[in-house]
Amino acid sequence: MSGPYQWARIVSGPQNRKTRPILAYTLRRLVILLFSLLVAAVVLFILLRLLPGDPANALLGVGATEAQIASARAQVGSDQPLYVQFISFISNLARFDLGTSFVSRASVVEEIGNRLSVTLPLTILGFVAALIIAVPLGIIAAVRSTKWYGAAISVISQLGIAIPVFWVGILLVSLFAINLRLLPSGGFPLKGWANLGEASTAMILPVLTISLVMSASMLRYVRAATLEVLGSDYLRTARALGSSFPEALIRHGLRNGAVPVISILGIELASTFLGAVVIERVFSLPGLGSMLLLAIQQRDYPNVQGVLFISTLLVLLIGFAADLTQRIVDPRLRDRGAGTP
Amino acid sequence: MTAIDQITTPARRRSWQSVTLWAGIILVSLHVIVGLLTLVWTPYDPSAMAGGRLEAPSWLHWVGTDRLGRDFLTQIMIGSRIALTVGIGAVAIGAAIGVTLGLLAAFASKFLDDALAAALDILIAFPTLLIAMLVVAASETATLGSAILALGIALSAIVARLTRILAKRVLLMDYITAARTSGTSWLGIVFSHVLPNIWPTLSVSFALQFGLAAIAEASLSYLGLGAPPPNASWGRLLQEAQGTVYTAPIGAIAPGIALVSLVIGINLLADGLRDSIDPTRRAR
Repeated sequence: MSGPYQWARIVSGPQNRKTRPILAYTLRRLVILLFSLLVAAVVLFILLRLLPGDPANALLGVGATEAQIASARAQVGSDQPLYVQFISFISNLARFDLGTSFVSRASVVEEIGNRLSVTLPLTILGFVAALIIAVPLGIIAAVRSTKWYGAAISVISQLGIAIPVFWVGILLVSLFAINLRLLPSGGFPLKGWANLGEASTAMILPVLTISLVMSASMLRYVRAATLEVLGSDYLRTARALGSSFPEALIRHGLRNGAVPVISILGIELASTFLGAVVIERVFSLPGLGSMLLLAIQQRDYPNVQGVLFISTLLVLLIGFAADLTQRIVDPRLRDRGAGTP
Repeated sequence: MTAIDQITTPARRRSWQSVTLWAGIILVSLHVIVGLLTLVWTPYDPSAMAGGRLEAPSWLHWVGTDRLGRDFLTQIMIGSRIALTVGIGAVAIGAAIGVTLGLLAAFASKFLDDALAAALDILIAFPTLLIAMLVVAASETATLGSAILALGIALSAIVARLTRILAKRVLLMDYITAARTSGTSWLGIVFSHVLPNIWPTLSVSFALQFGLAAIAEASLSYLGLGAPPPNASWGRLLQEAQGTVYTAPIGAIAPGIALVSLVIGINLLADGLRDSIDPTRRAR
């Protein structure tokens, strides 16, 4: 018990009364996470078996002989009974062995690692930039909701959630890359981040695109949470006891308002990650999304399966982190402990 | 807003809310009319070369022509029909599966309810767009149907979760206990108490999901996984126009405006509906 227990003590303070529920919650949530991963693996297995044609076909040319088909099937493992395929599938996943690509013969895990070096920075930078835009603007939109600029922010964010991310990308490319010629319209240096200058400039437009779109929906949640705080009794009490408005808002409002926003942020981060898939196509970035698209076109099953599994894993981990953070921030949820998530 | 404000300003508020509702109705019906119109008439044959390549907007071609000389306005109009078909289809599938599952979970024993709730959380965590990509790729020839099915399944998890929460809240009410003690069957309770009570909130969520489905379909088409020509999806039009954005910028702008106007219209409609259904929001 020492490792996670100590960790739980650090985050929730010295009172033993409080550490136990959050530890219990963490364990419970961890079990759910692992179970979810298992279900995801099963769904993935079924989906891939539903695909028409034998996965061995991807290895074969037109007019392959019976012997060639048989050896390809043996190589892929599709000649085994389903339950054998399933067991080896799960045990490989558990060891993080995602196999080798049918097309390039490269290790799928390595390829995904390379691709993540583009997709992860894109996701994280886009998400942080979106937060930097959304939090202050969302608070302004709520606090100054009767002023014209407060209303203007709300209206623009309404517009933002109706715009598909790839269209924003196309518009930004035509403005900054084609008309103003300030930034590259797409692509990524072959050497990757070793070529730091070029890699960074290649990231500017994609990150800007993601952050603009994501900030619109985040802003709405921040605004709603702030409005909730503004109407609260504790804020009025704090004001009545003599704190200034900004002081009351920061001391009492921020922590209260953060709770619902954090759980939404988990979902937002996950959808930022998935939005990156589309954005990579707009800017021809060699990330996870373009890997998946290529793999689908080439019927490269190990790659398809690998990307989907890793993406699901990341999305589930984000949800796990968000739920845990929420418990840590909000003692009311924490003390309820092992209740329903 | 203080209590005094709530009493003194509802008239102005309400008129503003009816403005958004009407703006939504107008935008959406515009797309519906155009979509229906394309079934019987389009300005040009959508697959015919109606003019030169990449012509600028003119009286003959209001939005110009594409790289093959096809009339762009015609394709955008057909795009309305495609987007509406996908939106309605996906929401219908999502609602049918989702409401059923959600009600089952709400009525089920604690164990089954927990299991269903966990399964729904997982489904929601599943990367929707990626799954849709896989389903579309799985059907040898991508059709509109496979896109609708994929998006409908993806939406059903969201609907199911919402239905479950709403239904559980209704089931706690005294009138449900009364109905139970008087011997109403659970199906009777569903149809006479639960559904009528949760329907308003659900229908607002359906409207929002319609918008989500329209954007997701455009994204799929943009990635080259949507319905093939002659189904002129806005996403595919944008993808084709991206290459010629310097010579013919209108092609990369017009389909986007069409898509955004539909989604905004549906969102305004949803907002307006919610306000007119829920009197507590009306006052705020």
